Amino acid sequence: MTPLSTLFRRELSLAWARGGGPLLTVGFFASVCLMVPLSIGAAPGRVSAVAGGITWVGLALASLLSLDRLFERDFESGALDLLNLGPLPLETICAVKCAAQWLASCAPLALAAPVAAIGLGAKVETAGLIALTAAIGGVAFAFVGGAGAALALVSRRGGVLIALIVLPLLTPPVIFGGAAIANFAAGLPWTTGLILLTAYALAAVALTPFAMAGACRNALS
Amino acid sequence: MTALERLEVAAVTLQRGARALLGGLSFDAVAGEAVAITGANGAGKTSLLRAIAGFTRPVSGQIRFLGADGELDADATRREECHLVGHADGLAVGRTVREELVFAVRWTGGDATAAIDGARRLGLERLLDLPVRHLSAGQRRRVVLVRLIAAPRRLWLLDEPLTPLDADSRAHFGEIMSAHLAGGGVIVAAVHDPLPISARTVAISG
Repeated sequence: MTPLSTLFRRELSLAWARGGGPLLTVGFFASVCLMVPLSIGAAPGRVSAVAGGITWVGLALASLLSLDRLFERDFESGALDLLNLGPLPLETICAVKCAAQWLASCAPLALAAPVAAIGLGAKVETAGLIALTAAIGGVAFAFVGGAGAALALVSRRGGVLIALIVLPLLTPPVIFGGAAIANFAAGLPWTTGLILLTAYALAAVALTPFAMAGACRNALS
Repeated sequence: MTALERLEVAAVTLQRGARALLGGLSFDAVAGEAVAITGANGAGKTSLLRAIAGFTRPVSGQIRFLGADGELDADATRREECHLVGHADGLAVGRTVREELVFAVRWTGGDATAAIDGARRLGLERLLDLPVRHLSAGQRRRVVLVRLIAAPRRLWLLDEPLTPLDADSRAHFGEIMSAHLAGGGVIVAAVHDPLPISARTVAISG
């Protein structure tokens, strides 16, 4: 068994249990999506016009839920010391943590997203695109969120700080993903949104591990 | 990479906040030798161990790892040859002893069989399937010590390793440390109580 798969298994088992697990994350997402129609009223067409947008806001908020534990637990328990004396560089370790976070939290959300959107009145044909964009956007959420979580390590009140750091950075994927779905539903060109969303996610994967590792080193010293 | 033969701490000063620690401490430890770092609370024992492990950079002085053919790459030595047992035991409380043990041992270069054998040697076999949160402080420390014997690494950095252990476990751990030294290992331990093995004492003042 390679160090990478050993680490991934540990991270996945921790991510699966973190913050109540995928069920709680999906439950929170469903609650947010339910609350919006209750607050804006049920006039015909009003909710369905914004179903895609509501779904994306719900995804962004739900993906924040378990972030505060992503590095904090390991930092406080001393596990980050152990990880730092192993075979893989800290950058890789951070990327593996985010990948596990994606699989345990964002991937279940991507499966729940089309159900929620259609429940809110989105067209059934959009289901595939919603799941796809939610999965890609989730990559950005996990990695950008990881960077926020690592930066918040040295502060108290980390949880609130993470939300403040991370939410503005989650805005672009929300815009791109929401636009792709809205245009697709309206029969307009929609690939630009998908391409930009994918580009943002890839940039997050490429860049944030360095920020996370730097923040962890700073917290450990 | 050739094996670690000597750890050299040369005129090291560390900084915590605005405070200077250690004030140019120098010592070395060769293969087969144990060094006991003593000093009052807050003198910088833990900081010194963390600096040797590479977590903190000294503000002045050098920490060097030497093999038979000269200086070794510090980062590679830390990744491959260094065990750190600190106050925080690094165990995830929601996972079972077996999961945590096997991960820690694999991560530091051993395998699952060695991890379970090590657990048996430290009397942990009945605890393997319990979640870590059900363990006492001494049991948790023993779980951490398993990785020392199951994943062979030359340099052991131990921060008050004996504190939570009972008398039997202390004696047993003394034998484990002796065996490590006999095999050419190096031990640097921060202690208040004397180690159960013969060790050179390096006193630091606050």
